[in-house]
Amino acid sequence: MSRHDPDARPLLLGEPARGLPLLALALLSIGLMVVDHRQHHLAVVRQWLSVAAFPFQWAAQAPLAAWTGLQDRLATRSRLEAENIRLAADNLALRLRLMRFAALEQENHRLRAARDSSSRIVQRSLIAEIVRADLDPFRQRVLVNKGSRNGVFRGQAAIDAAGIVGQVARVGPVSAEVILISDPMHSIPVQLNRTGVRTIAVGTGRSGELALPWLPQSADVEVDDLLVSSGLGGVFPPGYPVGRVTRVERDPARPLLAVDAVPFAGLDRDPEILLVWFDSVIVEPEPVPTAAPAAAAE
Amino acid sequence: MISGSGLSWTRVAALSLAALTATVVPLPGWLALARPDFVALVVLWLALLAPRSTGLLYAWSMGLALDAFRGVLLGQHALALVLIAWIALRLRLQVRAWPLLQQTAVVFALLWLDEFVIFWIDGVSGHPVTDWIRWLRVPVGAACWPLAARVFARTTTRG
Repeated sequence: MSRHDPDARPLLLGEPARGLPLLALALLSIGLMVVDHRQHHLAVVRQWLSVAAFPFQWAAQAPLAAWTGLQDRLATRSRLEAENIRLAADNLALRLRLMRFAALEQENHRLRAARDSSSRIVQRSLIAEIVRADLDPFRQRVLVNKGSRNGVFRGQAAIDAAGIVGQVARVGPVSAEVILISDPMHSIPVQLNRTGVRTIAVGTGRSGELALPWLPQSADVEVDDLLVSSGLGGVFPPGYPVGRVTRVERDPARPLLAVDAVPFAGLDRDPEILLVWFDSVIVEPEPVPTAAPAAAAE
Repeated sequence: MISGSGLSWTRVAALSLAALTATVVPLPGWLALARPDFVALVVLWLALLAPRSTGLLYAWSMGLALDAFRGVLLGQHALALVLIAWIALRLRLQVRAWPLLQQTAVVFALLWLDEFVIFWIDGVSGHPVTDWIRWLRVPVGAACWPLAARVFARTTTRG
């Protein structure tokens, strides 16, 4: 590979690689990291960078999106018909459940009014498309195509048709980064629907797995128990399905149980998610013994 | 278009954008884990073989762009890339005279250093990823080097 430089300019060893620029740039990077780590100092810079990066992130997934679009367009008639029949059946089943739901909601409102606690149901939602860009294979985060221009805010809950997906970790004007409930840095306050036991589900870094590491040996938990969001911390609306317990290991030598759960939401399959607004005024009438720290994204 | 061991800025810009985009192109699970660090490869490629087109500032801004692309701590990749670009610029005259296998070994060491700096900053900033598989992209990246060097040789002789 030895080549001669036809360029006549002198190219002394080390001339373009002096130590001073390296030191200056390295210090600048460290300064940036420190400022960025102490949240919000660089929010504006981040927002502009996210605007600049978004077209490329979008372009990266465009061929894949075009391919799936083409497949949809070429879908066979029989497949579409089958899908139509399935959707119609789904619709009927959901309508039936909705009929009961209206009456239940009415009753719930009345009872909550009697208890003087506000009902925290989702009031508004926004559909956001997931941009299939691989940000980091070791972190469970996705990029969506809605940002602060659409009213998206940091800490906003994201759900899909099956359950809770995650929360918004970072917002730019036209895009937002959603941290999934399976990210190892994420935890969500949950409640066992059967017994009402409150605990925290933390992500494991694998998209089909949650862990419930803080349940005492005495806790009443069984395989197939439904986990719903408890609404503590005010990030997630209460009562939404999160996952199902898949493994309970009771080791008497240890003070805590080892419990695994599988999330309901299609964390790695969703083409789009719902960002929700709900009335997050928390009026908890009774004190909570197993007080949980708020769900934290960072 | 091409003067000496330099590339025109349009080519550098196109190459940089392609590398950044390739970093976030969606790949199926196991492939995404083995994805080489394209930006680090391009920075090394330019620093070793075309040092006139770029410099430390280029490596630093590429790192910053990568941080913005991947949504990690701002300055993380910038620091790592400036460091390896500096070493590559220092060593380029020797390295260019070496046979391909030894070049690849140097690139492997530099990519490893890059990954180590990122790993270290991840840990310091409280987001440790200790999975051993994160190091997989270092050998994969180094394995791409012979191909990259050959492509470069063709680009310059054609000019």
